[in-house]
Amino acid sequence: MSHDIRMQIAGNKRRDRCFAAAGLVAMAFAVLILLFLLMTLGVEGGRRLSWEFLTSYPSRVPSRAGILPGCIGTVLVMLVTAWTSVPLGVAAAVYLEEYAPKNWLTAAIEINIANLAGVPSIVYGLMALGLFVYQLHLGHSILTAGLTLALLCLPVVIIATREAIRTVPLSIREASYALGATKWQTVRDHVLPYSTGGILTGVIIALSRAIGETAPLITVGALSFIAFLPTSPVTAEPPFLSLRWLLDPFTVLPMQMFNWVSRPQEAFHLNAAGAGLVLMSVTLAMNGLAFYIRYRTRRRIQW
Amino acid sequence: MDRTRPAPSTRDQSPPQGRAADRATRRPESGERIIEALLLLAALSSVGITLGIVGVLLYESAVFFRQVSPLDFLTDTQWTPLFADAHYGILPLLAGTLTTTAVALALALPVGTITAVFLSEYASARVRETVKPFLELLTSVPTVIFGYFALLVVTPWLQHLWPALPGFNMLSAGLVIGVMIIPYISSVSEDALHAVPAHIREGSLAMGATRMQTAVRVVVPSAVSGMAAAYVLGISRAVGETMVVAIAAGMQPTLTWNPLEPAATVTAYIVQVSLGDLPHGSIGYQTIFVAGFTLFVVTFLFNVAGYLLRTRYHRKY
Amino acid sequence: MTTASVPPAKAEIRNLSFSFGRTEVLKSVSMPIADRRVTALIGPSGCGKTTFLRCLNRMQDLHPDVRYTGEIILHPEQINIIDPAIDPIEVRMRVGMVFQKPNPFPKSIFENVVYGLRIRGIRDRATLDERAVQALQEAALWEEVKDRLREPATSLSGGQQQRLCIARALATKPEMILFDEPTSALDPVATAKIEELMTSLKNEVTIVIVTHNMQQAARVSDYTAFMFLGTLVEFDRTDTIFTNPSSSLTEEYVTGRFG
Repeated sequence: MSHDIRMQIAGNKRRDRCFAAAGLVAMAFAVLILLFLLMTLGVEGGRRLSWEFLTSYPSRVPSRAGILPGCIGTVLVMLVTAWTSVPLGVAAAVYLEEYAPKNWLTAAIEINIANLAGVPSIVYGLMALGLFVYQLHLGHSILTAGLTLALLCLPVVIIATREAIRTVPLSIREASYALGATKWQTVRDHVLPYSTGGILTGVIIALSRAIGETAPLITVGALSFIAFLPTSPVTAEPPFLSLRWLLDPFTVLPMQMFNWVSRPQEAFHLNAAGAGLVLMSVTLAMNGLAFYIRYRTRRRIQW
Repeated sequence: MDRTRPAPSTRDQSPPQGRAADRATRRPESGERIIEALLLLAALSSVGITLGIVGVLLYESAVFFRQVSPLDFLTDTQWTPLFADAHYGILPLLAGTLTTTAVALALALPVGTITAVFLSEYASARVRETVKPFLELLTSVPTVIFGYFALLVVTPWLQHLWPALPGFNMLSAGLVIGVMIIPYISSVSEDALHAVPAHIREGSLAMGATRMQTAVRVVVPSAVSGMAAAYVLGISRAVGETMVVAIAAGMQPTLTWNPLEPAATVTAYIVQVSLGDLPHGSIGYQTIFVAGFTLFVVTFLFNVAGYLLRTRYHRKY
Repeated sequence: MTTASVPPAKAEIRNLSFSFGRTEVLKSVSMPIADRRVTALIGPSGCGKTTFLRCLNRMQDLHPDVRYTGEIILHPEQINIIDPAIDPIEVRMRVGMVFQKPNPFPKSIFENVVYGLRIRGIRDRATLDERAVQALQEAALWEEVKDRLREPATSLSGGQQQRLCIARALATKPEMILFDEPTSALDPVATAKIEELMTSLKNEVTIVIVTHNMQQAARVSDYTAFMFLGTLVEFDRTDTIFTNPSSSLTEEYVTGRFG
């Protein structure tokens, strides 16, 4: 082989190695940023985190302020979100995967869902303001906020559910139909049970994103300073359950954090880090749970 | 041959005992129909959301455009709806959005692309399976936390390098948005690269090409529509990002393309008005729907382009 | 050959044509299916034999844009099962099917066997137990699984899974069972067991089997249909098809000269 070719190969290999190094750096950059972010929050927020911080109301005095209403608000809003987006999203996904004929309507629904998944969250907020608050008079309430985030979650739930349903092999459906099962029996007895793990994973990830959403809740009027809790869903008198909390005003954890970040005093920034740490921990825990469920499902059902 | 053919059973050939005895309890067809109709309704609800968005934004924007001409809206260089001398030019807000998006892309496109190529062409399966969930985790971080990060970590750090940098600036917000969209770009690009069949790579490697030459000259060109989809989706995310810019980029609508200055974006403006106490129905309030509509149209175009590009590469292999 | 040896027909196919969209896959096929005998369908890949089999329990209805013409008459009621007025679900409740690859549900062995009964609305525990045991015995699987009915069906070997699928079909007491290359994914020992099973079942139930393996057709079937390019070339007793076929095309195929 001639000298020139050898030189050429050596040069090619050098460039190859340089590129590999650049790739490693790029990949490490994203991962390191995530770790750095977690560390900053951990260190800054950790200084503020205490039982008192979790159980106090916001206050003008930074060191006495806490995140109790934000935490309760987040839980209640997510309840509404989960109760509406999961049944609706799973039903829509089942229709698209199992029932939908190949026609223009189905194509339109699919492209529409792909588009909705990319619509900025604040646009959902504006839509919810116009529809839920002005037209339907649901007020600046937990119900409005929960429904807003449900709409936001819906495309994610639909896409994740469709992916989960698609992993159930055609042969299983055929086995069911060949025994004389109807379409719905096949879906109810086989398709949904065998894809529960995947659906659950997708739902948890969708909800973990919704928990951190701030922008759409600002437009529907989440309060940023609140010194009371919503009506308790459990009451002392029969029927022991009350739905009045649905129409109460509210704040959520990320809203509380936004409020504190936007203030000039540094002591409030510390509070923001504390709220951020709690928020991040919840998000991480949910993602961890989703990851675990996916891992377990993969081991349990192998096609 | 005719004689060998089995004759149809006519008389005493009743089926054996019990066969087909329990096909009695058939559910009525109507139940199935009702369920199918309900499921269709659920699927249509997604279309309802889009109609709701378009309907609300159009309806509320129409109120605005009855008082402000669309020409002023598109050409006026000032956005001062809350001043006595009100101007309603969307350009300053769009300039803010475009500047932060450009900064974000300047960071995210190279980093995201190189990460994707590295993961798909160089990394072992184990590295890929470990890193991908980490990157996906980055998409789950609440944006308000990224905003905190931009304002209280990145900006002070940039001020070390550039002491004149104001506390609110588009550079810091843009960089953080860039970090946010890296996983979107790298993950979708990686899927596209991964979908390129192995024999195409082998064709190049068999001619003595290095992995890098194979990646750059063969694999990337084959995956180009999928990667374009990734970029387009990343841009759409950056344009719609709200909390980071609302926290770190400032709230004044200034017509500037300089990332070192503070400026409001379309999204930050909506947040600002929502937090204030303008009465509903006032012209100032209607502006957020107009801003939202602008945002929706821009992201809609990107999203549909991204969808079409993605379906194209799915069809190719 | 005496007329006494000619059994009555369970089903009669008359001028059956079938198309997916514009592609005609079956062209005017006519043949009988003998009651409580094994009928084999042979022919090269793509000849339409699996399509034909799946017409017999209307599984083809699961695809969009399919069209049947002609008749498939099911005896003794003499109903035409491809009549649009007939519910495909009802046809599938009478005509069971076993597939190419074993496809047990990822449920317990017991739940697999009784699934067909459950969707027929049978809830009585004793009946379910009794029918499950009976079906597993008929499928020659009972001895191997009687102590592990609660275990997942996927823990069984391939051959056992396929016999479980047969038991699942048998539990509903179908009048006819369709086998679509049931042993193509199995080893020779498991194949032999399934073939034995088919021979023992044919006194109870009508069997139609699609197979690529001509020895298998010769071993298990009483009647054989040779199909080519969507048409039925020849239908006759199996020994006639393999020893003295009337069509030269059939002869070339069964002697291995093409296909």
